[in-house]
Amino acid sequence: MRVAELVMAIVLSVFSLAIMYKGSELPIGWVAGSGPGAGAFPFWLGGGMLVCCFAIIVRWFRRTSPPSRSEAPYFDRRSLYLFIIGAVPLGIMIGLIHVIGVYFSVPLYLVYYLRFIGNHKWWLTAVIALSMPVVTFLFFEIALRIELPKGYTEELFYPIYDLFY
Amino acid sequence: MEILQHLTDGFLIAFQPLNLALIVFGCVVGLFIGAMPGLGSVNGVAILLPMTFLVPPTGAIIFLGAIYYGAMYGGAISSIMLGIPGASTAVATTFDGRPMALKGHADKALIAAAVASFVGGTISVILFTLFAPPLADVALAFGPPEEFALMILAFATFIGLGSDDIPKTLLSIFLGLALATVGLDIVSGKPRLIFFDLTGFYHGINFLVLAIGIYGIGEMLWTIEQSKGEVVVTKAQVSVARTMAALREIMGSMKTMVMGSFLGYFVGILPAAGATPGSLMAYGVAKTMAKDPKSFGKGNIDGIVAPEAANNAASTGSMLPMLTLGIPGSPTTAILLGGMVIWGLEPGPRLFIDHTDFVWGLIASLYAANLFALLINIAFIPAFVAVLKMPFTILAPMIYVLCVVGGYAPTKDLHDVWLMLIFGVFGYLMRKLDYPLAPAVLAIVLGPLAEASMRQSLIMSQGSFEIFFFRPIAGTIMIAAILLLFWPLVGVVRRAFASR
Repeated sequence: MRVAELVMAIVLSVFSLAIMYKGSELPIGWVAGSGPGAGAFPFWLGGGMLVCCFAIIVRWFRRTSPPSRSEAPYFDRRSLYLFIIGAVPLGIMIGLIHVIGVYFSVPLYLVYYLRFIGNHKWWLTAVIALSMPVVTFLFFEIALRIELPKGYTEELFYPIYDLFY
Repeated sequence: MEILQHLTDGFLIAFQPLNLALIVFGCVVGLFIGAMPGLGSVNGVAILLPMTFLVPPTGAIIFLGAIYYGAMYGGAISSIMLGIPGASTAVATTFDGRPMALKGHADKALIAAAVASFVGGTISVILFTLFAPPLADVALAFGPPEEFALMILAFATFIGLGSDDIPKTLLSIFLGLALATVGLDIVSGKPRLIFFDLTGFYHGINFLVLAIGIYGIGEMLWTIEQSKGEVVVTKAQVSVARTMAALREIMGSMKTMVMGSFLGYFVGILPAAGATPGSLMAYGVAKTMAKDPKSFGKGNIDGIVAPEAANNAASTGSMLPMLTLGIPGSPTTAILLGGMVIWGLEPGPRLFIDHTDFVWGLIASLYAANLFALLINIAFIPAFVAVLKMPFTILAPMIYVLCVVGGYAPTKDLHDVWLMLIFGVFGYLMRKLDYPLAPAVLAIVLGPLAEASMRQSLIMSQGSFEIFFFRPIAGTIMIAAILLLFWPLVGVVRRAFASR
């Protein structure tokens, strides 16, 4: 926990510096006639974040904040496992959306989670994995007219569009 | 009288078939979300906001308002049956609700929570109806300096009232504000903070991307980690005779419910305070007022009704500054406020003049939602108890999928879905280190408004910060904000002296 606290503070201060750097590409001072420059707000906010990170690091050295005193591991094996099986496949699913679209990556993801993580029965997995994309399609594409990304599978949907429009 | 006229109009709107259906549906969804351990009103509202694009703004806010209400009722269910708060707002309900359930009176605890929620909700909606119009009238005179001062006050309450680590709270606020500045600058039109030249940053970071990231993905990661132990669901025996007997006993606690309602309402109004501190304070007051404080924590009925009345009252209270001033009183109302911007409404006192249908339809719907939530809650107690047995391995992937499509919908850009995942993961990692994240969500909603009002004020004053202090209303609010900011310092100094 102690190491994680310091690492997080350092990561956040690097991010604050990045904000200040990007902010300073625009005028950060007073622009005559139009008030503070466009970069002023982000620049000083980044500055504020940096000061906070500094305070967090000081408190880390003095061991005043609870995480900087805690001896408990930041991740034990079990929670690391739970975190990885939750977050990584989610990232893979979002990546797959670029290629095979929402309507194919979502069922794949649901099958993975329900069947292999949750150990649910095949019929339950199938019901959820197939009904969820259908409901999503009806809700977003038909009711809301928001087209969800379909990647290379776009063509497969032309007959369905013809059915509705 | 004018208020009564508006309220009648509001009821006519709320009772239109579509809106009525949305109220009932919202209550059911809210109860369900509230009952799930870990998920509360803020998660429900964040994840489901994109779904409201289907209906007009009035229907949308009515639906989300009903979810907000239902979740306040539902939070008690898992507090009592599992001993795990259904949401942070229901933490205080576990203190006495759980012991009562373990003694075999789970049904009485559930009914007490529902009735108290109803009393709290009703009293607070009446107070709301009376207070909102005059406050909106006053707020109409506010200019950019007053608006900016109010926003500073909202952030100051986070720091002054939060028991969290102050540098981390401040960092969270700055982070939210900084993320809000990404995209085209409102004054000069120049692109700002376009990291790695990604075009996705040009349209800015929609607040929903952060809100769904933190309250959808981050929250699920967190809840799954927290609930890895087995949970034990208590059995509830429900029958008409037992319900009537319980109701009679609950009526004996009317005084506590009324106290909790008023306290919750006024704590809820404070910007950024919300229902959690309100319910904890009500529990504390009920305990000090009681004849037998020792019975608290062992299943005292007053210990259930006080926080439950207070959290419902606070949820209504937190809508008051959101509607009248455009300053959210809780994370959930921050998301509602952001929703208004998406629906094309400008938050602030002008809503009461330009969009009376929206405002009064919402207020009337709260009366109705309150009644429906009570009836649905009591009638379907066994069903909601069954919800608690639903394994997370079914719920979690479905929520993740909802987050992904919901995060895509507002901007139709996969770039935002990636950002949402990053925010979710980072939010989770930060939360493990006690970083409070609600301030960041509030800040990303208020950010554009705060920057605009500050820059307009500075243009008005030609660069002098005196404008925030030498106008009577702005000055008073600013001083209140500064006092609140330095409030934690008083404690530090006191302790330093005490230790000598």
